[in-house]
Amino acid sequence: MPAAILLIAFTHYPTVATVIDSLFSKATAIRPSRFVGLLNYQRMLDDPIFWKVLANNAWFALGTIPTSIALAIVMALFVNRAIPGRSLVRMAYFTPTVLPMIAVANIWLFFYTPDIGLIDQIAGWFGFSGHNWLGDPNTVLPAIMVMTVWKEAGFFMIFYLAAMQNIPPELEEASRLEGASRWYYFRRVMFPLLMPTTLFVLVNAVLNSFKLVDHLFVLTKGGPDNASNLLLYYIFETAFSYFETHFAAALTMVLLVILGVMALLQFFVLDKRVHYR
Amino acid sequence: MNPSRSLSQMIHSFLETGAAWLLAVLWVSPLVYAFWAAFHPGEYAVNFDLLAPLTLDNFREALSQAPFPRYALNTFILVSTILVAQLVLCTLAAYAFARYRFRGHRIAFALVLVQLMITPEILIVENYSTLARFSLVDTILGIGLPYMASAFGIFLLRQAFKSTPKELEEAARLEGCGSMGVLWRVYVPLARPTYLAYALVSISHHWNNFLWPLIVTNSVETRPLTVGLGIFGAPESGVNWSVISAATLLSVAPLLVAFLLFQRQFVQSFMYAGIK
Repeated sequence: MPAAILLIAFTHYPTVATVIDSLFSKATAIRPSRFVGLLNYQRMLDDPIFWKVLANNAWFALGTIPTSIALAIVMALFVNRAIPGRSLVRMAYFTPTVLPMIAVANIWLFFYTPDIGLIDQIAGWFGFSGHNWLGDPNTVLPAIMVMTVWKEAGFFMIFYLAAMQNIPPELEEASRLEGASRWYYFRRVMFPLLMPTTLFVLVNAVLNSFKLVDHLFVLTKGGPDNASNLLLYYIFETAFSYFETHFAAALTMVLLVILGVMALLQFFVLDKRVHYR
Repeated sequence: MNPSRSLSQMIHSFLETGAAWLLAVLWVSPLVYAFWAAFHPGEYAVNFDLLAPLTLDNFREALSQAPFPRYALNTFILVSTILVAQLVLCTLAAYAFARYRFRGHRIAFALVLVQLMITPEILIVENYSTLARFSLVDTILGIGLPYMASAFGIFLLRQAFKSTPKELEEAARLEGCGSMGVLWRVYVPLARPTYLAYALVSISHHWNNFLWPLIVTNSVETRPLTVGLGIFGAPESGVNWSVISAATLLSVAPLLVAFLLFQRQFVQSFMYAGIK
């Protein structure tokens, strides 16, 4: 089957090849590549940038995922009831999802530009001085997180909306007849029913936080001083700017292990409780 | 229901609608801003004067600085090549997984699902050397190849095929259909909503994909819109905002227009693909 060949060629073979490559040294003009055991991993553990990038990625995930999920639930609650202009509102929430990350980054670049950027202009009206949002190691990661939340919340909303429409309306009626407040209904009835969706979204969000690095190319290139660098971007740099393929392979292994853990989590936790018949 | 309760409820729902709208306005404002900047001369980029003159100069400028029509054509070829290949490959694979019990089918299917987690962009380093070995670097085929056997597509279609009643297949066989005939006449037509959902998700994904095409391409003839825009927008190239906005809008326009026109289908497709 052709599908099998392509899958093997571009998923399984590279996975295995990554493992093997990560065990070899970089080939130079004088010295061909040779087996070096775990040396690349040793180097990785000694590499401060690697730890920096990993920590960034963890913060990035922590900063974006809960916020986007909370916003997604709020959005879904809004458009799940009959408010005027519902489909317009839903469209507004969803639009960032169909835009390429690279275009989103271009638009947001204007906002963050020091002094002349939109944020600084507005801050200027209130007497605040300009700030180099993307040039300051302290604000660059939060700035990128805000943008990511904007891009992703609408996407996650879709899954919640789908789940909410599967909740029988009788449940809400019943709880209203019992005199329960809407907050109580949400907390005790709806939220537990949305649990499988939350897990599903969570897995996808974590995956995205490792996979999606497009915006870094436009906004920061990982800088300043790696303050906004993420793992996959670092892999890209290592492999295609410094041509350290074998070291990049070792880095890829870390990514693969993280994803493997996620996959197992999804398989054992999620599968028991959700869809996938 | 007493009147005071219903009044408070009215206020409540009014507030909620207001909040929903406020959030919606907040959410589209970056995009609205991009439109504003693109259609006005550069000096109005941060100066919101309703009487500011409208202009198309920014678009003209953007088009003269980079071959966006060519990029658009590349994207179009790329997206349609991938989609056609995906539909054919995934249909066949899904059919096999849904209806045949071959040796090791469980393991095979699990191996397919691996790709749901380990997507091609994670393995950029190895995939690039594979492409180099077949000298497919800097070709549109090269960008598309790793995505053509899509685990997500196989998974979705398998679900759809499995829910097709077996009786229909038997009836078709009695009418003299072979395996391929059954697939073509029974399974494929019944899975139409799945195909539509998958196609929309696939198109928007590959239209927007950036990292992998960036690595594979290095010439105007193969570069898709996202990569073209990424190079164009590089701050050091010193183009002004309004022109970048115009270029950004040029690259998202086709997909955005399609989205606005088929809003309902888009949203429903993503929902459908999500709950499966």
